[in-house]
Amino acid sequence: MILEKNISPKQIWEMLAQITDPEIPVISIVDLGIVRNVRSDHSGIEIFITPTYSGCPAMDVISMNIRIGLLQKGLSNIKITQQLSPAWTTDWMTENGKAQLKAYGIAPPQTRSHGSPSDRISKLLFNDDVMVECPQCHSKNTTLLSQFGSTACKALYQCQECKEPFDYFKCH
Amino acid sequence: MSSHPFNYTLLLADNSLIMGHRLSEWTGHGPILEQDIAISNIALDLIGQSRNFYQYAAQIKGDGATEDSLAYFRDAHEFKNILLVELPNGDWAKTILKLFFFSTYQYYLYQKLVDSSDKQLSAIAEKSLKEVTYHVRWSSEWVIRLGDGTEESSNRIKNALKELWGYTGEMFIPSNYESECAQNNIGVEVSSLKNDWENKVKEIFDEATLSIPAQRIDGSDGKNGGHTKHLEEILNEMQFLQRTYPGCEW
Repeated sequence: MILEKNISPKQIWEMLAQITDPEIPVISIVDLGIVRNVRSDHSGIEIFITPTYSGCPAMDVISMNIRIGLLQKGLSNIKITQQLSPAWTTDWMTENGKAQLKAYGIAPPQTRSHGSPSDRISKLLFNDDVMVECPQCHSKNTTLLSQFGSTACKALYQCQECKEPFDYFKCH
Repeated sequence: MSSHPFNYTLLLADNSLIMGHRLSEWTGHGPILEQDIAISNIALDLIGQSRNFYQYAAQIKGDGATEDSLAYFRDAHEFKNILLVELPNGDWAKTILKLFFFSTYQYYLYQKLVDSSDKQLSAIAEKSLKEVTYHVRWSSEWVIRLGDGTEESSNRIKNALKELWGYTGEMFIPSNYESECAQNNIGVEVSSLKNDWENKVKEIFDEATLSIPAQRIDGSDGKNGGHTKHLEEILNEMQFLQRTYPGCEW
């Protein structure tokens, strides 16, 4: 039995790294970048998480999984706080996380720098399609099929070489 | 002036919820699978945004209020959404055009709301803006595709435009509580969004070979609870379960 007061934030981070996203079970919530902070003191443990998308149905499940995961380690005095700002961005996804997505068959987000918001909208509209590499055959000859894929955070692409359709984790 | 923008937060919540609920009516009925998924995802984004606003409104109100009590246990005259979002979906062209008008509005609104002195409204706006950017793109592409498409698609979106244009004025006419919040740097002065909004609409309409109608009727009162019968219809369906079995969960 571990006592909350004896545990360091580092150990909690390690435990959280074992908890995966329910929709993409190969990536941990730490690699996904949604765990923002961990605090622990004599009064208990507080974990700050930030939602990927406002309507992401996985958030409730993630909170529950954190509770269950830590409970299994003997930690029960846990507070989970949702933090909206700063807003989650795919830039917070770790390189390790991106590699895991790719191995799973989901093209990871392409990092790019965003201009001002008004720039961004015109680019987004007509000529800012990023080049997305096929996670299967690594061809760059791919086409956007739909801006919205199997979940809100993904777009649907198709590879023109191997013809496989695949999910692309959108930049956010 | 109350420093807690309850009514203002409810307006933002109600607009997103009712628009999101309308779009969700397409789930399972979209013209093709990819577009069915797209519109369902947009609905989900909007309902998620409304939850963030309702949670904050409930916190301001206190007194046992929850996001659910605000969404499910208010009557039509207590809803503050603009009339545009409660109108029936009609055909695909009307749904698309309605979403395009609304998303473009939300885009410019949230861009300014990020600077709100109210930290929570600013945080929700920052979060929502990223999602709305995708909605603007998706609906713009469809406006162009339909407007500059076949004779049939062009006629349909022109008919939608005739029906909907009159409802767009309400977005830019502030209610009293919006003006109060704008003066206190909590909210956004909506009349200041009109130029940007019209320029963006014109830019997309040019691509879509559509033109902005000359006349606009600027009189409606959704923000103060004056609604069409359509809102009542939405609420009958949306609130049925909670009204019949209060507090029910599954």
